[in-house]
Amino acid sequence: MIQTTPIRQQRRKLINLIMLGFCMLATLLVIAPLIWIIAYVIQQGLPAINWSFFTQLPTPVGVPGGGIANALVGSAMTVGLGLLFAIPIGTLAGFYAATHPDNGLGVALRFSADVISGVPSIVMGIFAYTIIVLPQRHFSAFSGGVVLAFIMLPTLTRTTEEMIRMVPKSLREGSLALGAAEWKTSLSIILPAAFNGILTGVMLAIARAAGEAAPMLFTAFGNPFLNLDYRQPVATLPHTIFVYAIAPYEDWHAKAWATALVLISLVLLLNIFARLITWWRVRHIGTYH
Amino acid sequence: MLMTSQVSFLINKKHEKNDEKTLKMKIENLSVYYRNFRAIEMVNLPIYAQSITAIIGPSGCGKSTLLRALNRMNDLVPGARTEGQVFLDGMPIYVPNVDVVEIRRRIGMVFQRPNPFPKSIYDNVAYGPRLLGIHSRAKLDEIVERSLLAAALWDEVNDKLDQSGLSLSGGQQQRLCIARAIAIQPEVILMDEPASALDPIATLKIEELMGALKKAYTIVIVTHNMQQAARVSDYTAMMMLSDQAERSGTVIEFGETEQIFLNPKDKRTEDYVTGRFG
Ligand SMILES: Nc1ncnc2c1ncn2[C@@H]1O[C@H](COP(=O)(O)OP(=O)(O)OP(=O)(O)O)[C@@H](O)[C@H]1O
Ligand SMILES: [Mg+2]
Repeated sequence: MIQTTPIRQQRRKLINLIMLGFCMLATLLVIAPLIWIIAYVIQQGLPAINWSFFTQLPTPVGVPGGGIANALVGSAMTVGLGLLFAIPIGTLAGFYAATHPDNGLGVALRFSADVISGVPSIVMGIFAYTIIVLPQRHFSAFSGGVVLAFIMLPTLTRTTEEMIRMVPKSLREGSLALGAAEWKTSLSIILPAAFNGILTGVMLAIARAAGEAAPMLFTAFGNPFLNLDYRQPVATLPHTIFVYAIAPYEDWHAKAWATALVLISLVLLLNIFARLITWWRVRHIGTYH
Repeated sequence: MLMTSQVSFLINKKHEKNDEKTLKMKIENLSVYYRNFRAIEMVNLPIYAQSITAIIGPSGCGKSTLLRALNRMNDLVPGARTEGQVFLDGMPIYVPNVDVVEIRRRIGMVFQRPNPFPKSIYDNVAYGPRLLGIHSRAKLDEIVERSLLAAALWDEVNDKLDQSGLSLSGGQQQRLCIARAIAIQPEVILMDEPASALDPIATLKIEELMGALKKAYTIVIVTHNMQQAARVSDYTAMMMLSDQAERSGTVIEFGETEQIFLNPKDKRTEDYVTGRFG
């Protein structure tokens, strides 16, 4: 039998403790700035928030009051349009890549998704400006939606692909053995089984897209009025933050903070909502993961 | 030198088989390749209607491969290739324009590991009938109840049909998979070691179930468990790797289960069923 001397044991315990200490320190270093930022945003933004902040349009410089109704609607439109374009394309492409892993097209898809996710969003904005805004001769919510779709696509394809890979092969076989067609199996068994994971991917994509200001400069452009026409420019939350923050007026700074708080809260709410759906599905439908 | 337990099972077994054998399926000169590797070679085997045929043999001899050839599940394996023929009611199933979906509807399958869909118990059973275009709630209710009753699961789940199929125990999940398979009333049910992941009590339930099901269905079961083969089956096919350089599996002996266990003709069969196989 191997003897461990007490000295060795103590040394091992000490090293263990030191390593654990480092890990906890690193964890705190990640959490601390996050809490700091959020606390700061709340502190700066909360005073300017009231009901009319959500329901009113911006007021000119010097006129008190006013709100961000235009940006709320514009962000909903651009992100919504982006999702409308990106979800079908992203999930279908991810599905294809997952089911044809060695296929050249799947490899190409994976590669381009990685490259696109590395392209700065402002470059995508300029790209959309060139291919949509210039030919149409005006900024629009539509072009904003297209940029956001491009920004969301890599996350969507990659998460869809990975989640579908994680669905056990036995489920597919079980369905096919019952005489289900391949497409039916994908639609009724595999996609639903991967749903929770895909939903998480969608949430990540929304969180990222909803916070993009730079590409909006070239596409949605901004609009001080309420606009529901997808062919016209719209204001968006991150772009509004940008405009208010670089202005030389005290009360606009306060509004920038308040808008930031609204943006963060909305993303958080959306995530809580998604968690509830996942939780409900795990309870009622079950999960393999 | 047979184990006494096996002998007693055989002696106690009732002779429920109908005497005139009808051929449900016929396997003719069947070879299956995985790319260049020949997994099974020149298998010839009859499958008689309304009886249980057990496929036994050491691990890796191609039992699953043979079973999956019967409903063309091997088609799903990239690089798999089949030679020879399988007949279902005299009709060849390895012909170019056969409807594979139709074949799989007539030949159901229960897998080694229970694989309920992540859906409710009800929807698991109703999945197959819905594929066939049955959507009336009353009709589906009836099919679900009948299938769960036949799979001896109804009493345990009738008050929680809307719960996830994954919330059941392993043995219940496997019976759910059997219910799911018989919901579309296939003619043949293939079972690949259906009880290998289950405890003895759940195994016994599945075995009793098979005995009941064979009145209406033709069952082919792969098993590693000699007692199980002796207990439940009417016919037994013994598979073994050939001694040639290329180690492909094939059926070395087929016969009524009593004969295979009590009076095997092949020395290798005798060694295997008596547990002397290395
Ligand atoms: N998908 C596959 N691709 C390549 N080779 C395979 C594949 N499936 C099985 N094989 C090979 O075919 C041979 C027979 O496998 P099979 O699964 O049919 O054996 P088995 O008798 O069912 O074994 P077990 O009792 O362990 O389940 C084995 O050598 C196996 O490695
Ligand atoms: Mg096997």
